[in-house]
Amino acid sequence: MAKIELKDVRKVYHGGVEAVKGVSLSVEDGAFVVLVGPSGCGKSTLLRMVAGLESISSGTIAIGDRVVNELEPAERDIAMVFQNYALYPHMTVRKNLEYGLKNRKMASGEIARRVDEAAKMLEIGALLDRRPGQLSGGQRQRVAMGRALVREPAAFLFDEPLSNLDAKLRVQMRAEIRRLQRRLKTTSLYVTHDQLEAMTLADTLVVLNAGRIEQAGSPMEVYERPASLFVATFIGSPAMNLLPLGAGGIAGLTAPDGLLSGAGPAKTLGIRPEHMRLADGEAPRPGEMRFDLTVTGVEVVGAESFVYGTLPEGGPEVAVRVAGYSHVEPGTRLAAAADPAYLHRFDRETGRRI
Amino acid sequence: MIEKPGIGRPLAHVVLVLGVLVVAFPIYYTFIASTQSLTTILRPPLPLTPGDQIAANYGEALFGGIGRIGGVAVTTLLFNTLVMALGIALGKIFISILSAFAVVFFRFPLRMVFFWLIFVTLMLPVEVRILPTYKVMVDLGMIDTYAGLILPLIASATATLLFRQFFMTIPSELVEAARIDGAGPLRFLRDILLPLSKTNIAALFVILFIYGWTQYLWPLLVTNDNQMNTIVIALKKMVSFADADTPWHMVMVTSILAILPPVLVVVLMQRWFVRGLVESEK
Repeated sequence: MAKIELKDVRKVYHGGVEAVKGVSLSVEDGAFVVLVGPSGCGKSTLLRMVAGLESISSGTIAIGDRVVNELEPAERDIAMVFQNYALYPHMTVRKNLEYGLKNRKMASGEIARRVDEAAKMLEIGALLDRRPGQLSGGQRQRVAMGRALVREPAAFLFDEPLSNLDAKLRVQMRAEIRRLQRRLKTTSLYVTHDQLEAMTLADTLVVLNAGRIEQAGSPMEVYERPASLFVATFIGSPAMNLLPLGAGGIAGLTAPDGLLSGAGPAKTLGIRPEHMRLADGEAPRPGEMRFDLTVTGVEVVGAESFVYGTLPEGGPEVAVRVAGYSHVEPGTRLAAAADPAYLHRFDRETGRRI
Repeated sequence: MIEKPGIGRPLAHVVLVLGVLVVAFPIYYTFIASTQSLTTILRPPLPLTPGDQIAANYGEALFGGIGRIGGVAVTTLLFNTLVMALGIALGKIFISILSAFAVVFFRFPLRMVFFWLIFVTLMLPVEVRILPTYKVMVDLGMIDTYAGLILPLIASATATLLFRQFFMTIPSELVEAARIDGAGPLRFLRDILLPLSKTNIAALFVILFIYGWTQYLWPLLVTNDNQMNTIVIALKKMVSFADADTPWHMVMVTSILAILPPVLVVVLMQRWFVRGLVESEK
């Protein structure tokens, strides 16, 4: 159990590429923090720096009350779960679990107790005498988790642990990781590029972009009040609709007085697909924004559908969420409506929220 | 596999059988000769069936000693050759694993320079550097010693390259997992790398053992004492220019005995050998 404290952490590779550009982050004891971002945003580098697998160019990382900058990975009291599991192929599952503990010269009774406990928790008791090659992907993932569990570390580090699993297993393991973490209350740092995984797992969601933190907060906070255009488009699927606001408003969009005007910097408006509805044939309600769309395509997901359409005069494409099955033909012109309360405003220059 | 009806299969078999005969017959004939008395051998034609001297010939060679090479028994020769072949094979494997380990898993200054240095020695066969090597061995007093037979042949660029290629296929996450599990470099080598290289080591051992067993030029130079001869060198010394001077029956016995150990190694390690060459288990 420990807090992880990152202070102005930077990573500069040989050749001057700056992968992490000054990240400060405080992970509370027992919290589940998910680092999410597109590939190349520095999230894995950051995690590997916490693990000690990557040197720290400047700044400090503290686990518990210890600054760990100069400590070997094994001395940092952490356990890591890798994307490709990284199990020792020539050892049985039991040996895989024991290896780290044996290297610590732990008493064999204690080792056996911890292995049994982890095996029970992860339901891999029957697999203990098999080798990783004889296990399925999901089972290997469990063993990799087990190897982290038996260490009883101050913190778990997860490096995209579910990316190699098929969709169904991924959902199942996701729930399991969450359940285990709640039960053990071990501080966890989890890296993923999958925003759905990030949303469902995190206590605190940290969105990284180009080596910097774009926004950190609870998942719903990040979703409902994205701090920048980047976060707005990265979190949520389909992405938030963005409408660049010109001097004369936006073609095809009628809005209540004053909504689209206003002084200040050039703006981009954003609205999520689920905050829009098709309003064809309805009389305009007062105070609502109305969009004049030409349908370009329909995506039927099952429980919901997304109708895509463009605003006139080469305007941007927007997505509208429709409950159930929608059978609009592409090419149809129709009206969509949205409540301005859900409108997000961003400074187009800086990308920040206004 | 080609599975065509008609003449193809029998024809293929005929060709293969002929091939086997061409390879096997000289060895069989050597064996026949090793069971005959010297007088029978010197009066052609040699019969095609084993003679009655088998026990006498092999007994004399193994336990009596052969006059032309100073009365040294073939057991001594076999022992010498075994020491040399094992020394070369194991030594080469040991050195190349360590150097490949250093080149692949550590970052140190001039790493690639060292790697290329090793690589370049591939172009320098023993024969090219034989004079300086000989001088060094003389200065170190290693003539007529096992160390003198083994050491100069131990460094191996080929084996180093082979292990380097294999080590590079080991996922970096495995190395990192071991670091997090508290395994230092040597423990990682012992617990993870060596077990994973098992099949490679076995395959290489077979190749290198035979390489060591059949060494000719270097043992010829570095051993003067008959007691230190390897079996290949002893064979050479047994054969005289004058036909009548040569104990042909002993030469044949020694030849057969010289062939047996490498054949044994190949047969016993065949399964491992093939796995090492084919498999890329990770």
